[in-house]
Amino acid sequence: MLQMKNLAVALALCGAAAAHAADIKVGIALDISGPFAALGAEARDGFELAIEKLGGKLGGQPAEFLRTDFGGNPEQANQLVARYLQRDKIDFFTGPIGSNAALAVGPALFAAKVPYLSANPGPSAYAGEKCSPYFFAQYQNDTYDEAAGKVANEKGYKNVVLIAPNYPAGKDHLNGFKRLYKGAVKDEIYTKLGQIDYAAEIAQIRAAKPDAVFFFLPGAMGINFVKQFVGGGLKDIPLIAPGFSADEDVIQAVGEPMIGVLNTAHWTHDLQNPANAEFVSAFRKKYDGRYPSVYAAMAYDTLMAMDAAVRDVGGKVADREAVLKALKSPSFSSVRGEFKYGVNNFPVQNYYLREVGKDADGRITNKLVGTTLEQHQDAYVGACKM
Amino acid sequence: MDAIFVFEQLLNGLGYGLMLFLIAAGLTLVFGIMDTMNLAHGSLYMAGAYVAARVHEASGSFAGAVLAAVLVTVAVAALLELLVVRHLYRRDHLVQVLATFGIILIADDAVKAIWGVAPLMASTPAALAGPVQLFEGLPYPAYRLLLIGAGLLVALGLYLLVNNTRVGMLVRAGASNRQMAEFMGVRVGAVFSFVFALGAGLAALAGALMAPISSVQVGMGEAILIPALVVIVIGGIGSVRGAFVAALLVGLVDTAGRAFLPPALRAVLPPSVAADLGPALAGIAMYVLMAAVLTLKPAGLFPARA
Amino acid sequence: MAQPAFATRFPGAVRRLPWLVLALLAVFPLLAPTLGLEYYVGFVRRVLIVAIAATSLNFILGYGGMAALGHAGFIGVGAYTVVALVEAGVSSAWLAWGGALVFGGLAAALIGAVSLRTRGVYFIMITLAFAQMLYYLAVSLRTYGGDDGYGLYTPLAMGPWLDGAHPDVFYWVVLAIAAGVFALFSRVAHSRYGHALRGIRDNETRMVALGYPVFRLKLAGFVAAGAVAGLAGGLLASHNTFVSPGMMHWTQSALLLVMVILGGLGRRWGAPLGVALWLTLEEALKMHTDYWHWPLGVLLLLVVFHAPQGLAALLERRGDRQGGAA
Repeated sequence: MLQMKNLAVALALCGAAAAHAADIKVGIALDISGPFAALGAEARDGFELAIEKLGGKLGGQPAEFLRTDFGGNPEQANQLVARYLQRDKIDFFTGPIGSNAALAVGPALFAAKVPYLSANPGPSAYAGEKCSPYFFAQYQNDTYDEAAGKVANEKGYKNVVLIAPNYPAGKDHLNGFKRLYKGAVKDEIYTKLGQIDYAAEIAQIRAAKPDAVFFFLPGAMGINFVKQFVGGGLKDIPLIAPGFSADEDVIQAVGEPMIGVLNTAHWTHDLQNPANAEFVSAFRKKYDGRYPSVYAAMAYDTLMAMDAAVRDVGGKVADREAVLKALKSPSFSSVRGEFKYGVNNFPVQNYYLREVGKDADGRITNKLVGTTLEQHQDAYVGACKM
Repeated sequence: MDAIFVFEQLLNGLGYGLMLFLIAAGLTLVFGIMDTMNLAHGSLYMAGAYVAARVHEASGSFAGAVLAAVLVTVAVAALLELLVVRHLYRRDHLVQVLATFGIILIADDAVKAIWGVAPLMASTPAALAGPVQLFEGLPYPAYRLLLIGAGLLVALGLYLLVNNTRVGMLVRAGASNRQMAEFMGVRVGAVFSFVFALGAGLAALAGALMAPISSVQVGMGEAILIPALVVIVIGGIGSVRGAFVAALLVGLVDTAGRAFLPPALRAVLPPSVAADLGPALAGIAMYVLMAAVLTLKPAGLFPARA
Repeated sequence: MAQPAFATRFPGAVRRLPWLVLALLAVFPLLAPTLGLEYYVGFVRRVLIVAIAATSLNFILGYGGMAALGHAGFIGVGAYTVVALVEAGVSSAWLAWGGALVFGGLAAALIGAVSLRTRGVYFIMITLAFAQMLYYLAVSLRTYGGDDGYGLYTPLAMGPWLDGAHPDVFYWVVLAIAAGVFALFSRVAHSRYGHALRGIRDNETRMVALGYPVFRLKLAGFVAAGAVAGLAGGLLASHNTFVSPGMMHWTQSALLLVMVILGGLGRRWGAPLGVALWLTLEEALKMHTDYWHWPLGVLLLLVVFHAPQGLAALLERRGDRQGGAA
């Protein structure tokens, strides 16, 4: 009986899909529940703003933007992509926040020749050995940390303590920091994934008396850590982080204690260029005056890149070679300003230093300090045979 | 590693243990006395944290925020008890798991719909935001001292309530032998409603007090639920004393694992092995402790029931 | 209620229904392309794999009264066994899945030997603890990708007669395994061993007094269930072409438990029914709303209050009645 019901549901869905067969289809895997929910919601807002601006079209052609939550779970991401590919026959893919989901869904998309424009993660595997002409990155995961390492040099920090969750990505981020950092690493602390209490680690940091602390603790972990770090009286030890650990979601949740945190990113909301000014003001208008985070910016930028590519190929998205070529030489103005792609389809671009402070209205937010790395390329490009 | 550092880590372990106790106390009461497995305890904790965070930001009064959190959460819990939990008391544990898991799913979506997905701001009351100098060379977060105090007070209060009051006697009677208590004319239904409300109040208190040092967001209830369950199982389900001892034990073992295990391993093992092994072992210390305790004492340290 | 009336009036139809379902499932991949349902072949394959794991859980839980909240741990052990074997150069699907079965069983033997000393809620929690240990182990295992997971992008070989790379072939293999596992557990549930297990569930003390080796009987069931869950994990690894620690997270164990109870504890059709309904709803709801969790929550409450014996009980009023939650 149940199988019959399955079939009925399937048939109904299928009929609905067939009605729009001619449209260009974009599969967006949303991350709005589960571990990356807050970041995923930022990205969703960015996508929605872009879709609104584009009038629901891509390159002037009618388009359909499929948006489905996969709860931050790589297996579920995989199933969603199977559905997008087999049932909906998408032409573009984007969405996941986590590297694990990106790594899970990539191979199926590449095999199906569907361009995957990442709206966040840039795993090292895709930058190096497993690079693919179908994958386009916003940045490589370690580049934020490399910039942070350079910031630590420039600030004259002679010794630092590093802290990250105990999983390979955590180690990658710390290695990224060490790549350009020239001082001494006093200690590397690895914490449990999803840890709530950081008192033990904070005591270790106090005992080590470093010039600065570099932390990569995404989401709730970072919020817990910074709150407890400042409460523990270590306010005088500067905190440096890659942008993910000090973006709007964390800033708004932590508040005052975030002030002074140095962080690096390839975009900031006060970056001066016309595309960004337009994006930030439209975003603040649509979402009650709040500043967009880097996730919202990347989501918005990703759809703009698709729009430009579709326009460049005159709407003929079936010609994948042409689409890839158009994507590779982007003809739109990115909110991050000038950039170009390296051979591995990972961007060569600027990375900026941001500092958390107050804006003219007294709102706590990131402020642009300066450019840390100019037209910087990732460290893995050499391993990419493409 | 000097004496101050070791002392500080002990204090940290104690502090973390008492935080866990705040959450576990309500859970073990409901679990032990009503024999009801309430996975939604984490949702009540979340509700407490959200209400406290919002009220604190709106009113500026932390004490008022904590009070509001407890009142609102108890009201929600009373409704929950009336509609759902009351009908679960006599049911199988697994049915309780099913129903309260359903409540978690509904609660998470409800919180998302009301407050959004982004984590909420929950600041430390200004007076307690910094450290206090415990003695030379040891500044300690004032707010953590408040948490330690609150944990001890709750422990004392529950001890007095359970051992020295008439309600406590009924509660104990219900916990050790429900049928007998009913037989003797105890209005178990009323006692249960009271206990559930009390448990919810404690969950809300824990949520409100934890909000300033942790991330207030959807899913925070599930993250804390597992350590809390570990605590009450080690302690012996239904035993407040057991939960207290177990919470301190878990707090100390977890903290010691994180603070001392990695350096200790580095001293005896090659660096690359130690770097991988240390954090991994520290991460599972709590579960190893639980498995060890249950292997030796299958009903926890202080079994409440014969 | 229409079903019991139907069942009493047409007992033959009810007896033949399983075969009809099996036949429908078997021809589904052949019909799917003409109906435009290719995607759903993969979907049904996933339902079948999860149903294998759920059936093993239903066996120890429904018949043996062992409420394990760590079943996803065994699924994970199976999946990571496949990963480890592939990393070591194994390319045969049978070897990899066989390994998943063996290591799932071994893990269950070790965990069961410790856990089965406890009862009730303590058992629930200790199985959870072991699954969490496995989860954190997998998160920090750099060789197999840790939290990033591990991709299995080359399809495993299924011998000279079967094309391992063909999705439909894999589907039929999964269907055959699922049917075999299902038949096996149904048969064992009604064997002498199954009756002994039910006896232990209903009154362990009495069974001890009667001289049954209770601990060993329970452990045997636990190991069998762990092995089959390991096998399901191995299949899931091949199905997803990807393994990550997320599949071992305690919420996955809880979901499996929920699906089994939803379908009907100790009911022959409980596990597959619960899995099919839950996964179908999840799939359908997600497509239409961002708030897809709460309707599932409401469904659970409805089941608790209006169909406490699970969905299978609604369908099979007659027949397999020995089971059911106490």
